[in-house]
Amino acid sequence: MRSVLPVLTVVAVILGLWYAASVWLNAQWALDMAARQDRELGGIALVLDTWSQDKPKLPAPHQVAAELWKTTIGQNITSKRSLVYHGWVTLSATLAGFGLGTVLGISLAVGIVYNRVMDMSVMPWVIASQTIPILAIAPMIIVVLNAMGISGLLPKAMISMYLSFFPVVVGMVKGLRSPSRMQLDQMRTWSATRPQEFLRLRLPASMPYLFASMKIAMAASLVGAIVGELPTGAVAGLGARLLAGSYYGQTIQIWSALFMAAIVAAGMVGLIGLIQRVTLKRMGMT
Amino acid sequence: MWIALGILAWVAGWALNVWLAGRARSRATALAVPVVFGLTIVIVWEAVVRGFGISPVLLPAPTAIAAEFGQSAGVLWEDFVQTVLKGALSGYVIGCGAALLTAVVVDRFDFLRRGLLPVGNFVAALPIVGTAPILVMWFGFDWQSKAAVVVVMVFFPVLVNAVEGLRDTSVMQRDLMRTYAAGYWTTLLKLRLPAAMPFIFNGLKIASTLALIGAIVAEFFGSPIRGMGFRISTSVGLLALDLVWAEIVVAALAGSAFYGGLALIEKAVTFWHPSQRGQG
Repeated sequence: MRSVLPVLTVVAVILGLWYAASVWLNAQWALDMAARQDRELGGIALVLDTWSQDKPKLPAPHQVAAELWKTTIGQNITSKRSLVYHGWVTLSATLAGFGLGTVLGISLAVGIVYNRVMDMSVMPWVIASQTIPILAIAPMIIVVLNAMGISGLLPKAMISMYLSFFPVVVGMVKGLRSPSRMQLDQMRTWSATRPQEFLRLRLPASMPYLFASMKIAMAASLVGAIVGELPTGAVAGLGARLLAGSYYGQTIQIWSALFMAAIVAAGMVGLIGLIQRVTLKRMGMT
Repeated sequence: MWIALGILAWVAGWALNVWLAGRARSRATALAVPVVFGLTIVIVWEAVVRGFGISPVLLPAPTAIAAEFGQSAGVLWEDFVQTVLKGALSGYVIGCGAALLTAVVVDRFDFLRRGLLPVGNFVAALPIVGTAPILVMWFGFDWQSKAAVVVVMVFFPVLVNAVEGLRDTSVMQRDLMRTYAAGYWTTLLKLRLPAAMPFIFNGLKIASTLALIGAIVAEFFGSPIRGMGFRISTSVGLLALDLVWAEIVVAALAGSAFYGGLALIEKAVTFWHPSQRGQG
């Protein structure tokens, strides 16, 4: 609770800077318009004008908020103009990719922990795979999968999966190895079989690590889904809104899509945090 | 024929790795096992492409990619300079430098730390690539806008890690500095910055992959007629997938070199840290 005041201060400062920046960036356009119409523009009128332009360089926060309100609450959610609709398109791809990535990550981690050959041959490549900027090949994956007759949700989910499996592998390997020598020996004195050792000791011990990596994986997965929507030619989804906005100079639309993405990301990460708290509490680990 | 060869290569590679992994762990085996694994994958890939007659439009064979790589080396080099050297690297240096300076300031004032850290953590989880269209609009199509995207992307991960690292000294160590009559700046330079290095390098490594991604994705929103992102998106349109894969090889090499270079510097700077000691 002690950090509420500082956080609020920082947020207020950011909002203040934002308003100031939008005056600074938009003033030129406002002055040009006024000069063309032989109007004098100065002082308060200029400031107000910079905060209410149609296609500003930097929309003021309240304009973005109004657009967000208009496109979420003000629209029917099945409408193509509704950000809820676009958000859902992106979110469904994100969740599919996240699910696939988590499953792939956990199974790779189990293989790495239990098989020495896999540990030595796969682990370095898992790390190397992340130095490849996968987002760069997103367009190719989309086009190739389209050519093979797979379109819609799955190609985007594949990109999300590639981005989200890595944090899960790294976190789960660490988590599955977190039981100490002593605990493992204890299991052996109870003559536990390998599956028992896995289910009763290693898996429960890895839970905190799993949740921490799932939060990172979810954020990465959302980025993957958004970028995956870019090359499909702006059909639907938050990425499409970004691209369409940048084609037509609709800055307010870009910012509102961006904020929608931020809200979705924050909501999803928050949800995982909630599940984490409940699960760990019931397991008696907090 | 090719399929049989592929299966044979897989079995042989795996058997070799099992044998290698069964031997005593040494530097040579730790290096050889992943190399053998990687080579096996490439051979199987080649065999599958040839064996099943997969069209080069879908998945070109490694040999075709290598040929294309040699053929269009000039184009690849031009794209590399535009995207990696001009866009990613300049943005990386500016962003990380700004983040480190901010971290020192934030660390100095506790109020700022408590306020900025949660916000920074929140922002680090957001899809920041999304700011690319806006920044491209502000800074034009050339590399400046790419560098700006990279700055925004790398700033928060480095900031959060550096602030955390600057707090990673014990009261005992700081008290010792005080008994030496060391002032704030001496303590910062001689004790706290070195102690923060493992954290800072963690942030820098995360940022190195983000920097390449940022520079390439920003090019999807508009770029001059060179650059890796531009080449990838236009070549996909032309179905010249071997050129796309050649660009990916360049990106992977650049990314790995970047990361590896940072790891080497880290090893030299944080030689005292437990994670680096006793490894060689």
